[in-house]
Amino acid sequence: MSTRGFFGRKRPEGEAGRTPPGQYLTKDFPVLSAGPTPHVPLDRWSFTLEHGGKLLGKWSWEEFLALPRTKVTVDIHCVTKWSKLDTVWEGVSFDKLLAAAKIEAPGTHVMAWCDGGYTTNVPVADLAGGKGMVAFRYGDAPLDPVHGGPARLLVPHLYFWKSAKWVRGLRFLDQDEPGFWEMNGYHMYADPWREQRYTGDP
Amino acid sequence: MALNTGTIAGNWAAWQAAEIVAARVETAQVKTLTLRPQTWRSFRAGQHLDVRLTAPDGYQAQRSYSIASAPEQEGTLDLTIELMADGEVSPYFHEVAQAGDRIEVRGPIGGPFTWTAGQGGPLLLVAGGSGIVPLMAMLRHRANAAPSAQATLLYSSRGWDEVIYREELERRAGDEPQLRVLHTLTRSQPAGWQGFSRRVDDAMLGETLVTLAGVPLCYVCGPSPFVEAVAEGLVAQGVPPERVRTERFGPSGA
Ligand SMILES: Cc1cc2nc3c(=O)[nH]c(=O)nc-3n(C[C@H](O)[C@H](O)[C@H](O)COP(=O)(O)OP(=O)(O)OC[C@H]3O[C@@H](n4cnc5c(N)ncnc54)[C@H](O)[C@@H]3O)c2cc1C
Repeated sequence: MSTRGFFGRKRPEGEAGRTPPGQYLTKDFPVLSAGPTPHVPLDRWSFTLEHGGKLLGKWSWEEFLALPRTKVTVDIHCVTKWSKLDTVWEGVSFDKLLAAAKIEAPGTHVMAWCDGGYTTNVPVADLAGGKGMVAFRYGDAPLDPVHGGPARLLVPHLYFWKSAKWVRGLRFLDQDEPGFWEMNGYHMYADPWREQRYTGDP
Repeated sequence: MALNTGTIAGNWAAWQAAEIVAARVETAQVKTLTLRPQTWRSFRAGQHLDVRLTAPDGYQAQRSYSIASAPEQEGTLDLTIELMADGEVSPYFHEVAQAGDRIEVRGPIGGPFTWTAGQGGPLLLVAGGSGIVPLMAMLRHRANAAPSAQATLLYSSRGWDEVIYREELERRAGDEPQLRVLHTLTRSQPAGWQGFSRRVDDAMLGETLVTLAGVPLCYVCGPSPFVEAVAEGLVAQGVPPERVRTERFGPSGA
């Protein structure tokens, strides 16, 4: 059904193939969150890996910064319809975290949990093999608290709510479970290229 | 962070046609459109719709718009849309759309930024500009379903002529004993203006909080820097973070 009198903005050549369906490009970095920005002092910050109540790894802020770093340039896609190209992030990849903890991923999914009470679920397969990281630098500067600092999960090939801000740990799960937005009608997997915004999207 | 995890049943995520049945001018930059979707679904005040427009070449643009009407207004949904210069979708609603046109919508969408009468008061609503829209749905729902719940709206606009729903807010403030409406006008004030005339700050939030008995449930909506400042201000005034819910409409400019 075409909409009478609607033609749309000119789509820039070359960038077309990088914008998933229903998204528009922005140069801005919009913010989305359900509550106030939490502020945890770095000397009380830690990052943990857990499975079934068992602690598998724990790092203080200083220890975390000392882990091997990865820098990536990626496109990001927010379910509120904006996409941003060529964003630069630095942090510790999921693979390097597992290596530092000397473990293999003990489940099929993780639940990322955060300061402020936010959670989100991600399959292990979408973090391993260089696909996901815990990022603490954006655009060559420390990550701003409004964008998730001190550290956020980064899973750029899924809608950006999966890249949980203010992340503090990953709990391994033996099966998929819904996190915060997923319990509120948002898609369990969230592939922007298949436009999996909401429960019931293909 | 507390949330309402009411199961959202049915195929609310499927796109469906909606007819524009009325258009009303709110301010020079803001219009309200009344839509009649093929299937009207009940919703919670604060939820939004996704809207999809299709160009003749098949290109589609989508945006989210909060529902302005109360859930008690069955059969139709009101959207209140601010014109963004150079925008792709809002100019369509301002310059092209008219009664009888059809667009596509899906929803209702959104969980934590909702309020239903059962949650009770006191309620503190803080709006910047078009951020009033989902909060207006809450005020309308409150008047219908929980008029005894105490509520205060603090609404920041640039000038008196930019206040969206101005007459209705004035009328409600006069008619509804449990509702207080406080305005702040940040750029220009009419002669004899008695309200606030600066950006929302901690002192203003303090003066607003004392209009309510007890720690309120707070909903803050507007441009991103506004929401950030107000949410932090409320926490600084002693409101527990889990009582503060936020929604932002987009790019940091606004
Ligand atoms: C949950 C939610 C609820 C919302 N509720 C409402 C509501 O109730 N009412 C409301 O009015 N809005 C609401 N919004 C915002 C709305 O979804 C749109 O973002 C808004 O209408 C602007 O869309 P647009 O297509 O007109 O502008 P866009 O095309 O998205 O552009 C936005 C601004 O960015 C600039 N811009 C963007 N891209 C370019 C480019 N390539 N070149 C030049 N300039 C550019 C434009 O100048 C414009 O000012 C809501 C958003 C969300 C996420």
